[in-house]
Amino acid sequence: MSDEKSVSRTLVVSGSPHIHGPESVAKIMWGVVIALLPALAVSIYYFGLPALRTVLVSTAACVACEWLIQRFLLKKPCSLQDGSAVITGLLLAFNLPATLPWWMTVLGAMAAIGLAKMAYGGLGNNPFNPALVGRVFLLISFPVAMTTWPQPIDYAHPTFVLSATDALTGPTPLGLIKENLQQGISVDESLRTLGVTPLELLTGHRAGSLGEVSVLAILLGGLFLLWRRIITWHIPVAFLGSAFVFAAILHAADPQAFLPPGFSLLTGGIMLGAFFMATDMVTSPMTPWGKIVFGLGCGLLTILIRNFGAYPEGVSFAILIMNAFVPLINRGFKPKRYGC
Amino acid sequence: MTTFLYAVLLLAATGLIAAVVLYFIAMKFKVEEDPRIDLVAERLPGANCGACGKAGCRDLAKALVESNGQTDLHCPVCSNEEWAAVADLMGMHADTCEVKIPVVRCQGGHLNSIRQTAYEGLESCAFAHSLHAGENGCSYGCLGLGDCTRACAFNCLTMDPKTGLATVNEDRCTACGNCVKACPRGIIELRYKHAQEGRIYVGCHTEDKGALAMKHCLSACIGCGKCAKSCPVGAIKVENNLAYIDFTRCTHCGTCVEICPRKSIVATHPHPAVPASSN
Amino acid sequence: MKTFHKGGVHPNDNKLNADAPAQVLPFDGPYCVLVSQHLGAPSTPIVKKGDKVKRGQPLTENTAFLSSVVHAPVSGTVQNVAEAPDAGNFARPAIYIQPDGDEAEDFISDDPTLDRDIRLSPAEIIERVKAMGIVGLGGACFPTHVKLSIPKDCKADYLLVNGVECEPYLIDDYRLMLDKPDEILVGVSILMKALAVNKAIIGIEANKPKAIALLKEKAAAYDGISVEALKMKYPQGAEKQLVKALTGREVPSGKLPINAGCVIQNVGTCFAVYEAIQKHKPLTERLVTVTGPMVKEPRNFWVKIGTPVSALVEACGGLPEDTGKIIAGGPMMGKALPHLNVPVTKGLSALLLLPDEQAHRGTVAHCIRCGKCVAACPMGLEPYLLHAAVLNQRMDLCEHHHITDCIECGCCQYTCPSFRPLLDTLRLGKNKVNQIIRNRNTTK
Repeated sequence: MSDEKSVSRTLVVSGSPHIHGPESVAKIMWGVVIALLPALAVSIYYFGLPALRTVLVSTAACVACEWLIQRFLLKKPCSLQDGSAVITGLLLAFNLPATLPWWMTVLGAMAAIGLAKMAYGGLGNNPFNPALVGRVFLLISFPVAMTTWPQPIDYAHPTFVLSATDALTGPTPLGLIKENLQQGISVDESLRTLGVTPLELLTGHRAGSLGEVSVLAILLGGLFLLWRRIITWHIPVAFLGSAFVFAAILHAADPQAFLPPGFSLLTGGIMLGAFFMATDMVTSPMTPWGKIVFGLGCGLLTILIRNFGAYPEGVSFAILIMNAFVPLINRGFKPKRYGC
Repeated sequence: MTTFLYAVLLLAATGLIAAVVLYFIAMKFKVEEDPRIDLVAERLPGANCGACGKAGCRDLAKALVESNGQTDLHCPVCSNEEWAAVADLMGMHADTCEVKIPVVRCQGGHLNSIRQTAYEGLESCAFAHSLHAGENGCSYGCLGLGDCTRACAFNCLTMDPKTGLATVNEDRCTACGNCVKACPRGIIELRYKHAQEGRIYVGCHTEDKGALAMKHCLSACIGCGKCAKSCPVGAIKVENNLAYIDFTRCTHCGTCVEICPRKSIVATHPHPAVPASSN
Repeated sequence: MKTFHKGGVHPNDNKLNADAPAQVLPFDGPYCVLVSQHLGAPSTPIVKKGDKVKRGQPLTENTAFLSSVVHAPVSGTVQNVAEAPDAGNFARPAIYIQPDGDEAEDFISDDPTLDRDIRLSPAEIIERVKAMGIVGLGGACFPTHVKLSIPKDCKADYLLVNGVECEPYLIDDYRLMLDKPDEILVGVSILMKALAVNKAIIGIEANKPKAIALLKEKAAAYDGISVEALKMKYPQGAEKQLVKALTGREVPSGKLPINAGCVIQNVGTCFAVYEAIQKHKPLTERLVTVTGPMVKEPRNFWVKIGTPVSALVEACGGLPEDTGKIIAGGPMMGKALPHLNVPVTKGLSALLLLPDEQAHRGTVAHCIRCGKCVAACPMGLEPYLLHAAVLNQRMDLCEHHHITDCIECGCCQYTCPSFRPLLDTLRLGKNKVNQIIRNRNTTK
């Protein structure tokens, strides 16, 4: 009965299942990178070479930082090929002004990777979104540089922009309105003088963080993520929906003091936040209902901070605050068990 | 200046109120604890290995004190002197016992057996045992995935990459017995340490019949019984195709080591009469 | 289309040999019949070396209620009562029979004509099912007479017949439904009589339209039997998921389907019941699929229990050069075999040969908390959490998070992008927790 062929060959024995689905961490991470490309292209178009430089510096710094920490501090095998450091780098750059001095970007990357990710044990263990921690670290450390926004290049009257000092700077729409409100100028009037059309908001012709400006490009990337099933609809819909509803209520209560809800969704980093930052797998809840609650919280906090807080923009803080609630949400919103 | 003063006063007042509140809460929730618990706990090893059956050293101390020493609980990690100190404190009678050490009763591994299949998956002997007989086909031998090393709180067991078997570090071992419990196949046994003479034991655990056992492993015990016949003190018996040396009766004469045709019997220390086995 | 709601995955169904007709596998022995081929207490051999046995003669006897017997697959001489490797390569008691002529037991009828007339009473049916050694042929090998003996405090409303075959590659139930539809339906009627139920639903996954159409057409002639197409989703054929899909009921946690008023039988079991009751044939052969991406001629065979699986592989053009893994059963729940000397048992539905490049596990990476396992778990558990709890030896947490509800379908591990051994750990934890619960109950 003995079969000689079967002896010469070493068969693999393992527990079931013996097949695996098509997904892998690397596929997911590089999928996110692809989804970020449209927004990246738009930002390079509007902010020129400084944008490209910031993106490259941030990505390179994140990758280098992760490699150095794994190699020399943790002495663990290198896991760069999973692409998560690249994503952190890209997302961090997306949340910075294009003309930020390069060394500040590097510092931000070090905070993102070292403080927010590797200190907790690397990919999968971090409670807070690393890119946002990096951004908030920079915002608090260098408030002036972090709120000096370059204006998009006017291609009707092109000037070749190479360095930070060449670029024209100005406030973001949200920043301007907030400033005006403090000086007693109403929202309506601000919107009139602002002179930004809805179309410009969609394409991204406005001042802001380099990746957040173009709503269309972000939507395109978001749809790609949904199609590839890297994210589910729950967080973006709950995030944007609750922000819209809350903004609408405020606007209805006092149109002179609060922005119209549509404008609220189209400006600032809310789109980038809803599709790319809040949906980060590591720092968002597990179950659909948990994700909805998480999204609702993000939306509410964003509008709350924008309208009543010290900062004109609140997406980063809102997501970071909700990140802290994720373990609690995971505890409270369990999947529905079969048979109970 | 007034701002400064207010700040200081406010802080001081807050601190004072908090202190008073804390004091009363602490009084209300005060837990009376027998001071002997701390004294006993200090004398225990403090490794929290759980070998005594309690959750940790302090838990054992608590159990000892609560039962006023009227208990069979015993810390296997303590040396006789250390345990005597604890017993003294509790007014217990401390039995001295022979120091023990685990032996790994398998010599299969990479050197003596042929790998027929390749296991992939969770690094866990318990799981691999539920799945298959083992890579070399022996359903009694060491699976080499290190459940015992993970159970050891003293880092005394390590997997030898050359043989793929667990090895015991004599100096670190405290004979807590956690490795014995962790092994899903019961390969590890605690035997008298005999620091001078060493230990002689059957380095195999298979109950397979001779022919099958030989197929799996070069050093498998085939239950031939030669050792049992040769033993001058009758300390060896063969049951279920497997020889077993009773360590309470073994005199370390080394006759069995020499006579075993399969080189299954291991002597840990070189013996004056017998050259030590190749292992 | 009906389905269960929570979780599930969609592996490629790979039904390679759906159109290969079932053949009888010739084999000239010796046969090696494992004594214990079922879930429950082992039975004891009643033959000894040198005995002459007839085809269908019982080789073992029951020692407990939850047990089953085996019969001689051929007539011949008992060569040895010794040990043979089971699917895990553990040595198990086995009876070796060298075939010699073909002398069947007198009670066996080899008449192939369909017999629709059910003459036995329910109690006689259950007794016969037990005596003929029938066990669940879906893979778990649960003794069928135990399933038919309904506890006093329960009542069966439905007989659910499992023709789902949701595992990729597997096709033996499909072949059986196409080849023996009437026999299956009579078998279902017999089981309905034994259970005293008047409703039976045959669930078939939608990727088998021919079988659905054929059985729907034939079922019209039988009282109370309906056929339901089910959505293609794994694990549609798992007991609890099938109950949900076909009746909308849920089996309470920790309970059996009978607690939800359902009894589930595989189509293969129904056919075996037909043979046992109408033809008085013991369960000594079954349909086995031999398949795999590299197999030269994937085929379906009627195989006698006790044939070594190497004979099956030889009949399909031999072992492909680059075979890396041999699986008894489907790729999601089957068992990897250590070699080809393992004998065919009652529970072997397929032999799947995977090439080396598909045989290995992926490199394990960190859990990225993506929640795919939570979404995929059809039982609504949180595999990532249980996985971590098992690795940290927190069996209390495992129990608290209902690890004992795990049906070991493998959806979590299939979907994990970090290739973590989720099901390995869950199985380990489940065993440990069950052990802890048993110990607790005995000390009480």
